[in-house]
Parts: sequence; structure tokens; C-alpha cells
Amino acid sequence: MALTGLDIFKLTPKKNCKDCGFPTCLAFSMKVAAGAMEIEKCPYMSDEALEKLSEATAPPMKALKVGNGDCEFKLGGETVLFRHEKTFVNRNRFAVMFTDELSDGHIEAKLDNIKKVNYVRIGEDMHVEIAALKYMGDKDKYVNLVKKVKESGVSLAYMLICEDPNVLQEALELVKNENPIVYGVNNENYEAMVNLVKDNKLPLGLKCEGIEELYNLVEKVQGLDYKELVLGTEGPTAKETFKNAVQIRRMALKDQDRKFGYPSVVFANELAKDNKYMEVAMSSLFTLKYGSIIVLEDIDYAKALPLFALRQNVYTDPQRPMRVEPDVYPVNGADENSPVLVTVDFALTYFIVAGEVERSKAPTWLAIPDAGGYSVLTAWAAGKFGAMSIAKFIKESGIADKTKSRKLVLPGLVAVLKGELEDELPDWEIVVGPEEAMHLPKFLKQLSQEEAANA
Amino acid sequence: MAFKMSVQEYKGKINEVEIGKGEKAIKLGGQQTLAFYDFDGDTGNSQKIGIEITDVYPEEWVTGLKEFYGDAAKNPAEWAKFVEEKLNPDFICLRLQGADPNELDKSPEECAEVAKAVVEAIQLPLVIAGTGNHEKDAKVFEKVTAAVEGYNCLFLAATEENYKSVGAAAGLAYGHKVGAESSVDINLAKQLNVLLDQLGVKYEDIVMHIGCSAAGYGFEYLVSTVDRIRLAALAQNDKTLQMPIITPVSFETWGVKETIAEESDAPDWGDREERGITMEVTTATSILSVGADAVIVRHPKSLETMKDFVCQFA
Repeated sequence: MALTGLDIFKLTPKKNCKDCGFPTCLAFSMKVAAGAMEIEKCPYMSDEALEKLSEATAPPMKALKVGNGDCEFKLGGETVLFRHEKTFVNRNRFAVMFTDELSDGHIEAKLDNIKKVNYVRIGEDMHVEIAALKYMGDKDKYVNLVKKVKESGVSLAYMLICEDPNVLQEALELVKNENPIVYGVNNENYEAMVNLVKDNKLPLGLKCEGIEELYNLVEKVQGLDYKELVLGTEGPTAKETFKNAVQIRRMALKDQDRKFGYPSVVFANELAKDNKYMEVAMSSLFTLKYGSIIVLEDIDYAKALPLFALRQNVYTDPQRPMRVEPDVYPVNGADENSPVLVTVDFALTYFIVAGEVERSKAPTWLAIPDAGGYSVLTAWAAGKFGAMSIAKFIKESGIADKTKSRKLVLPGLVAVLKGELEDELPDWEIVVGPEEAMHLPKFLKQLSQEEAANA
Repeated sequence: MAFKMSVQEYKGKINEVEIGKGEKAIKLGGQQTLAFYDFDGDTGNSQKIGIEITDVYPEEWVTGLKEFYGDAAKNPAEWAKFVEEKLNPDFICLRLQGADPNELDKSPEECAEVAKAVVEAIQLPLVIAGTGNHEKDAKVFEKVTAAVEGYNCLFLAATEENYKSVGAAAGLAYGHKVGAESSVDINLAKQLNVLLDQLGVKYEDIVMHIGCSAAGYGFEYLVSTVDRIRLAALAQNDKTLQMPIITPVSFETWGVKETIAEESDAPDWGDREERGITMEVTTATSILSVGADAVIVRHPKSLETMKDFVCQFA
């Protein structure tokens, strides 16, 4: 049952005290109704009101904290099935699989790969976030594995995959303060497993043969008053696994059934059956369709570059376009003779323009002023990409010291700015570029030929 | 509360569009569900995977691919035959890059000859893509559609700028299928379908190309556009959006930083060819998972992976 903002407002003290961080009680209530804020943020709610609200306003999908310190993150908390309906909130996380059957050398190699694949893409750190540590039958080796991964110092959250509470008890001694996920609850062991994790409130992973059994298992675990859960999607085939992932998310969000209102785990490595490209395909599918943790066999740049980029796109808030940091970027080894090309900080525009400039192989400086994250025409219309702001950026960015060229290329769509810019930047020759980025290679080629002819 | 599967039935249905002739002809669309949601209803025809070839030798392709094709890539008809025999994709996409005014600026007549030779050399359905230059494509397609009459090809693409001539040539005069290209926007896609309809092209002869980008390059717009188009087509039974969707993945994925940087430029990144495949596989899988009915890829490994992938959901 969903409450409206007004329903909630009626239960607030209506004092507009701002202690919750919002200007009015109504504004706060609207946020709570939208699932963006917890009712507890208001310190003045009566117990009676709180009780009434907590059930009704609990988000349909739990947002679960995993890991600790640097590697703490949230999973789940989604409110929509399609990103255009609002936005996806907590991006899926990638794990790499380790087992007690691996040799020390192999463990180290995987850890090295995780360390190596670590980069920033449009302001977001891209790396593997979870070590999936799977018990295959040798307890001593398993405990050693957990120890080895922990002592490696690689910044990771842990997911212990094991169905034997006795083995887990020992392994947990090593990492229980790191808020690891304990994955492996089944119909037989669920009571022992809940006992194992409840003191530390660790996220508990449930797995079952079929989705209906999983549903019943969740009910049993919830019956023990334990609600820090993640759900396994494992089916015998990719098709079945996909069905499970979609059903879990849909029943939680569309049918508001809180039994499935938890993040999910997908073992893309197992679905891929040692085929790296299939692993990439499966991981892409589950990045779009409802995997919260996606387990890979190993990581390298060939997998990471497209998968992390896809995830970054999919989890972008549709109401807040991605932006690149305003700066002057050298492309194709731009040097003191390279011309300057200006465009906006809207990430999509930047990437398309940068891509075409790269394709042209012409060394070029790409000047990106703060244009509010809009596309060229929108930014211009909104007054965020005008002659004044471009000129100011060119002067303050210090680009005049980086290149002797005084050619400044303007996007063809804002050719109208040419005259004004010439007044603002008398030292520069303002050149109107093409309207479409795809024509940049030809344009830049001609520009450099002219330059050469003049020299 | 007892467990109950969540089933979503839709009134709308995606049109079934056939491309090609004879035994190897393929059908796109026909589903009443979102992609791979067979727990909801009839998922229609399986998604189709095509291989890209070009009318001019592909100088800038990765070395591994050029070596794989060898001399076959020097003659489009030989090349198409090689692809049909060795790779067996669902269809072949001939890209008429040589006609680009910024490149070789080949004449429409030359293009028509190449297309005819290709279509006659193979049994597989043929998708014919232009240069992306609307004006030139209109002229090229006028000749090409006539040259391959009777082969039921799909033409990529008619755009807002040239839909009248492309639609008339492909869809009306010579009985082909029209690819309707818009740029990642549900309203533009819808508008172009309506315009083609007003011209007399039947909805059942249209396949949408709603734009493409590589994963990481504004791909979220593509995802949301396809999501919205499919929900409008299925849930609201919007006839103007019930066309199958084709996405030429390889046209975009091989031109981004992740796939053009040589190993010497980015030593950590490893083999360029492998990066090309993973970018192609990620982009193709992603667009198929939100609803595309056909994708075009470049690398045989991508084709193999995508065919296997689609098979697992059949």
C-alpha cells in the first residue's frame, strides 16, 4: 500500500523546523512518499505515526550495505523496472571468483588482475568490487584462501560462498568485521546460517533449485526475523536464470511483494562455461536486467572496458546528464602547434567529438568549458555556452601558453557566436567548424593543410 | 502469501517482417513480449545476427580480420560468398562505403553493379547500408533498389531528409523492405514511420533503425528509447511503433577509443582485436536484451557468440 505525500504530511508535526534537512514538512513528506528519504529523518514523529508509516513507506526493494571502509557500497534499493520511469539507483557490482581449488599462483594472478584493472571513467572509479570466495570441499585450503585474499591488501568486499556453517564459522572469524556477504543458505541449513550472521547483521545469500522454492525459503528466513538478504538466481540454464532475475525484480517492484525485495546474485562465469565472450554477453544482459552482483571468472581490460562503460551508462540518472570535467584536453598528442577546438561538457557530445577528432589523427586541443552539462544548442539557448563564457574559459584555462596556434574552432551549430567571440578574443582567429561531428576528420585535415601551406 | 509468477500480457504485437528469398529468408519480430520474456507469452522469431562487409577493401579494419578474409575482401561478391560458406550468419550486410562523397564518391551505377553481384552470389538475405550521407544515399538507393529487384533486401536507411526517395524506391517501386532511421528518440522514430505510411509504404514493410552507439557512449539513451518504443508497441498497442528493430552495432563499436587504440598506445589494455570483440558483444547483447530483433556485427567471434547466446534463449 503506497501512501501519498499528503497522507504522510498529516502525520508530521507540521512545524517546518527544517531539522530533517528540508525547508518544509510537506517537502519532506513528498520525498518520503517518493521513497527517496526515510521517515526516521524527522525526529519529531510520534511512535504511533512511525509504526503506521514504516510498513507503508518501506521501499519495495531493500537497499543493503555490503563491505566496509573503502569498499563499502549499497546494493538494491531500486524503485523502477525501466530506467526512464525514474532512474536506477545503486549500480550492479562485479565480483571475481576464487575457490579453494586454485593454486597459490593462480590466486595471486587473479588478485594482480584485479589490481591492474583500476581506472577512472567520467569521474567514476572502475574496478572489481567483490571477491567471491567459493568453498569446494577443502576446509583448510578455504580458510587459507580467505586469509590470502584478505592479506593481499587489495581493496575488496567479500562474498563467502559456502553451505557448511562449520566451515563458514572459521572463515568468518577472519572477515566478519568487513561486512561480507554470506552466500549459501538453503532449506537445510537456514537456521544455523541465520545464527551465524545475526550478531553482525551480515548480508545473507539464499539459493534454491527453483524460484518458488526460493520464495518459500525467503519466507522461512524472514520468519526468523532476518531481513538482510541477497537472492541467488541460479537456474540450470541461462534462460532459467534470466527468468529468475526478472521475476524477482518484477514481483518486488511491480507486485510489491517484499519477499523478493532484495538484491540478486548472478554467476555469469558459470553460465559462460569457460567462454570469455559468452561471459561478457551474459554480464551485459544481467547488467541491464536486474543482476545486483555479477560474478566473473577473472578480469582484464577487454572485459572491463565495455562492461563498466555499459554499467555507467545504464545507471546514469536520466534527469541528470553525465558531464565531463571542464578542462583543456590534448587529443592525438596535441602540442604547441595544434589548433583548439571548443565544445560543451555534456558527456555524450564530448565523447562523440573526441572520438571523431581521434579518428582524424590530427593533434588537437579540446577545450571544454562549463556549459551546464547540456548539448551545444541547448547550452547556447540556456545562456551557458556564449561568447562571454567561452572567451573567459579560453583566457583562464591557460591554453594560450600551451599552443602557439591561435585558431579556435567553434561548433558549426553556434556559428552565430563568431563575431562576438572575435571581439572578446582579438588574438584568436575564430574558425567555424562543421555542424555534425562526423565531418570533423575532413575538416581538421583541411585545417592542418591550410596551416602547413601558410607556414 | 503463496508464490505466484508475475505474468505480463500485452495486447500489442510486433510486426513480422520477412527479408530475403527462398529457404534462407529470415523473419524478424512477431513477438508479444519483451526480449527473452517467454514466461509472458509468445516471443516470436528469434533474434537474427548479420555480418558486415563493405564494397571497398576495409583498410582500417583490425589486422586479424583482414588476414581472415584475405583476398576475398577485395571483391564484395567473393567476400559475401566466403561469409556465407564459412560463417553462416543469418544475413549479410553490404555497406556501400565507397559511395561516400568524402571518400571515393563512387557513382550510383557502380554501387548498383556491386550490390547485384553480391545478391546473386549468395542465398542469404541481404541488408544494404548506405553511406550515412542522406543526399547521396537517396541517389545510390534509387539505382541499387532497381538492380536487386526481386531479392527482397532491407535498405538502411530512409531518414527524415530522404525518406521520400528511399521509401519510394525501396518500399514502393521495387518491393524491398525499408529501414527507417531516426536518431535515438521515440517521437522521431514514430514520426518517420508515419511519414513513410503517408507515402504509401506499408507498416509491414518497415524495419526501424532507431540509432546506435557503443556501450559507454550515451548507450543509456538507446536503452531507454527502445524500452519506451517496445512498451508503447506492446502495452499501448501503438501501431506506428510495432516495427521490428535492426541495430548496426559494428558501425559504431569499432570506432571508439576502446577499440581503435593500438596495443602500443595502451599496453595495459591488451590485444586490440579482443577489445573489439568484447565491445561488439557487450553492445549487441545489450541492445538485443532491450528489444532489437537483429544486429549487425563485424567479427566472426562476435557472430558465433551472439548466435550461441540467442540460441540459449530460444
